[in-house]
Amino acid sequence: MSTVTTTSDEGSRPAPGSPMVQISGLHKEFGALHILKGIDLDVSAGEVCVLLGPSGSGKSTLLRCINQLETFEAGEIWVGGDRVGFANEPLPDGRLARLTEKQIAAQRSRVGMVFQRFNLFPHMTALQNVMEAPIHVARVPAAQARKRALDLLERVGMADRSSHYPSELSGGQQQRVAIARAMAMDPELMLFDEPTSALDPELVGEVLSVIKDLARSGMTMMVVTHELGFAREVADQVVFMADGVVVEAGAPTQVIDSPQSARLQDFLKSVL
Amino acid sequence: MAHEQHAQIPNRIRAKEVFHPGTLIAAIIVAILAAMLIHGLVTNANFKWGIVWMYLRDVKVIEGIGYTLLLTVCSMVLGTILALVMAIMRTASNPVLRGVSWAYIFVFRGIPVYTQLIFWGLVAVLYPVIGLGIPFGPQFVSFNTSAIIGAFAAAVIGLGLNEGAYLAEIIRSGLESVDSGQAEAAKALGMKPSLILRRIVIPQAMRVIIPPLGNETIGMLKTTSLVLAVPFTLDLQFATNNIANRIYAPIPLLIVAAFWYLVMTSVLMVGQHYVEAYYGRGFSTGGSNRSKRQAAINAAGTTTTDPSMEVEQ
Repeated sequence: MSTVTTTSDEGSRPAPGSPMVQISGLHKEFGALHILKGIDLDVSAGEVCVLLGPSGSGKSTLLRCINQLETFEAGEIWVGGDRVGFANEPLPDGRLARLTEKQIAAQRSRVGMVFQRFNLFPHMTALQNVMEAPIHVARVPAAQARKRALDLLERVGMADRSSHYPSELSGGQQQRVAIARAMAMDPELMLFDEPTSALDPELVGEVLSVIKDLARSGMTMMVVTHELGFAREVADQVVFMADGVVVEAGAPTQVIDSPQSARLQDFLKSVL
Repeated sequence: MAHEQHAQIPNRIRAKEVFHPGTLIAAIIVAILAAMLIHGLVTNANFKWGIVWMYLRDVKVIEGIGYTLLLTVCSMVLGTILALVMAIMRTASNPVLRGVSWAYIFVFRGIPVYTQLIFWGLVAVLYPVIGLGIPFGPQFVSFNTSAIIGAFAAAVIGLGLNEGAYLAEIIRSGLESVDSGQAEAAKALGMKPSLILRRIVIPQAMRVIIPPLGNETIGMLKTTSLVLAVPFTLDLQFATNNIANRIYAPIPLLIVAAFWYLVMTSVLMVGQHYVEAYYGRGFSTGGSNRSKRQAAINAAGTTTTDPSMEVEQ
């Protein structure tokens, strides 16, 4: 586990080691396509969990289920002690009460997400992108949100580009702004969905170093990536998925350096 | 681009351009035709330019311009609000909302606006009393129709309902043009659907909606000349026509009307340009933004091969 350094902007977090994400028996279907076939996965507070696997294995879908960008057919996801998408306690007849849009939005605001294609708001400057949710969702006063946004942009090395529109930034710069935007809501969990896959090779490093920096600060993270070096360096837990199931999970030295299954051995050969 | 400073490149090509005789001949012919047209306009006494000049600033004409603009603004506001509601209903999951939206567009787009205007002029005959209550049940309040729907209101309702049906499709395609990743990113930040629509989707959709909306506004300004169907009798077309009938000079007053319609549409076109520029902010428009972006990338120096230099310094 990496060292935890407490910086001024990180508020109270669950003690390291306590469960942050608990997923059990998760099934997801897209029509006739069975994408997730019973996923069980735990991530502790402060842990960095890297998800590896061939495309179509369900890694991104798993992240999207955690943030309710997808619904799921069976199983349960708990984030920070709350059941995702439904009321914690089942109804007397055994059914689960679905949350309202407002409640879902409140749950999502506690989880930050970074997308493969950045998805910055093109009509807003970098600074406005980062300030948007604190002002309009968390109702932080504008001056305070602005100061915090500038701090975050500084932290991802984008302070001098704060008044630029996304179209005036490189992919790596856009992704760093997107990370600052997600951090602005003080999430207890960060989800990274292939954050460097849409980048030119020479821009991958700057984004990975920001994510590493974040990992070292004690943020709980789930990262879908193909960057094995990153996984080896930063991950506390590496999860290898294929065909909608978790094939292997464990410490990076164990999973990456001594793969047990033929599927993982083949995958590692193809990635390297 | 021609005004940009040229770099010092030695031995620039000095080219002799190809001569196009066809283009030259065509230009001469078109110029002669245009001169003939202007000659015909100026020298033909039937145009009675003196009368045109006299009535250009007539009180009734200026009043007509005012009412034409007022009709345009009111019916565009009504039409846009209706269209936004219909466009959102059209994408709703509830089949009743979708069905009503579809029926509205079907009816009001399928009937000529002139016919609709006559109908709204006659609505007080059709429904002398308008009441609020339960369908087929008791009425809670009721109004005298002709008291609340005058000729102006009838004209605005007629034009606005018709316009809403056209704009609904324009707004729907605008909303659909916004990348789905935008709404996802906003959701992930904890934004509620109404907030996402207001802060993220609509501002971006406006970029697509504004050009046709501007065209529709200009179209609406011209369509107001049909309100005599209601009949509403204070707009520019009716006012000039009225004067023409009084002084037996239809052509000069047609020119007065045409002149002022042209002035108004020109002003609207200028306004449209500025609104487009506002909603286009942040979106690259050809070369200038691209070069700005390249300059930003170069200045940032992030395209280094040693990523450890970044951030951790």
